[in-house]
Amino acid sequence: MIKPLIQHPTVKRIAAPLGLGLIFLLVWQLSFQQLEVPVYVVPKPSDIVMAMIKESGVLFGSLLITLKITLLAFVCAVVIGTLIAFVFVQSRVVEACFMPYAILFQVTPIVAIAPLVIIWIQNTTLALVVCAMLVAVFPILTNTTLGLRSVNKGLLNLFQINKASRWQILMRLRVPNALPYFFGGLRISSGLALIGAVVSEFVAGAGGTGAGLAYQILQAGFQLDLPLMFAALFLITCTGLGLFALMSLLSHFFLSKWHESEQV
Amino acid sequence: MNSALTIDTPIHESSNFITPMIMVRGVEKTYPNGTNALQRLDLNIVRGEIVSLLGPSGCGKSTLLKMFADLEQPSAGLVRWNGKAEIQSQCKMAMVFQEATLMPWANIAENVRLPLDLQHISKSISTPKVMAALKAVGLENFSRAYPRELSGGMQMRASLARALVTEPDLLLMDEPFGALDEFTRHKLDSDIRQLWSERDLTVVFVTHSIYEAVYLSSRVIVMGARPGRVVADLEIEGPYVRDEAFRSSEVFIQQCSHLSQLLAEASGGHTHD
Repeated sequence: MIKPLIQHPTVKRIAAPLGLGLIFLLVWQLSFQQLEVPVYVVPKPSDIVMAMIKESGVLFGSLLITLKITLLAFVCAVVIGTLIAFVFVQSRVVEACFMPYAILFQVTPIVAIAPLVIIWIQNTTLALVVCAMLVAVFPILTNTTLGLRSVNKGLLNLFQINKASRWQILMRLRVPNALPYFFGGLRISSGLALIGAVVSEFVAGAGGTGAGLAYQILQAGFQLDLPLMFAALFLITCTGLGLFALMSLLSHFFLSKWHESEQV
Repeated sequence: MNSALTIDTPIHESSNFITPMIMVRGVEKTYPNGTNALQRLDLNIVRGEIVSLLGPSGCGKSTLLKMFADLEQPSAGLVRWNGKAEIQSQCKMAMVFQEATLMPWANIAENVRLPLDLQHISKSISTPKVMAALKAVGLENFSRAYPRELSGGMQMRASLARALVTEPDLLLMDEPFGALDEFTRHKLDSDIRQLWSERDLTVVFVTHSIYEAVYLSSRVIVMGARPGRVVADLEIEGPYVRDEAFRSSEVFIQQCSHLSQLLAEASGGHTHD
């Protein structure tokens, strides 16, 4: 072999970090087994897997609920954020009027707003969606506004010379120009929607049939069931990773042909 | 004072005079911060001319070109296209900018098609025009390429094709080849000269290169800076069809040194204005 396997780009990108993770898990498993660390202090990977299998029904149900809230909030954030961005771009005055209030929402921690929202909105699911949406909407709004605005001056002149209508400038110049910014916003926002969903679930503490993963963590915490806590945590992380991957894929699909960010 | 060489024709005399394609009378440009970009300017651009606006940076040549394109309004004075205050109905104008300004998300053919698309011209009509324009600039094999896949010179060619696709009467070019290397620039200069000679086209070309101005033009308008003004307005002598040999000819070199002298005098004589 002239070239070692580790130098291969695919190996470097996928196998190397994966291998590191496996080594970490192995060391964790073996050392904590040797040291006989009690399960209620730090569980071993095997304990977590066992908990996941044993409670799979409950965990899966909770995962679906958290996922539902996250996705609903995310979709609302995308629709509302994009619509507001379109309004902002039409007039600087409108943007100047409303932007400070958008920022106001963004800088107030969601944990502090959530109790109010939960009191005002009787339907728990809807309340949680609203909370998560409030967190997720901002990056979409700011990124899309920036993208719609920052068009090349020369291209804008070109459209003007060719007597393009306002609508043509919007659809054929501003919108395509905003796509990379928009997808950047999507990536941040998808993660924030999940964070918003989990945080507001914590605040709501809603149990029963509508119990999401955050509730499972809360509940397991009371019972010092650390393997279950880890299992739920693992599922939340996986959800976040999945969303991020999905957004990257979407971005790649739309931008790979022309945008610098998608070039290898 | 030095603008005495401009053809100063009163508006009402147009009966026994070919109406100029662009007529500029008493045009001034002062920015809100007080900068005087252009100082009282009179000039005519006649149909079929290929004119260079030559001058150092800050002489207002780009500002003047933008006024020709109706992208910028003068603070005083007036601009007329074929004698009318409206550019739209009077001449088909296209512009090439300092950069290629192509849409990165669209391929070359789609970029070139843009002006026709904006006029809602159907694809069956626009496609042959796009192909013809691409052929005219030698890019017929790159219609599906994306701008980032092309070199700077080829991007500029695409930009030129986009300007030609509407079959304009008036082509405005704002230092289009400034960022290109010498060889590419020479090639594109002769292409412009050839395109101009083949068509019924009036070209106004902004440049800060004396050689480019002399090589390309039938007429050079020399501008001075601070405040922007016309220093000289000269006919360029030279063969109708020009090639690389023209660049080393006596008459070429003579005119270049004459222009360079004029530019030097302009910047030397007016520093205490």
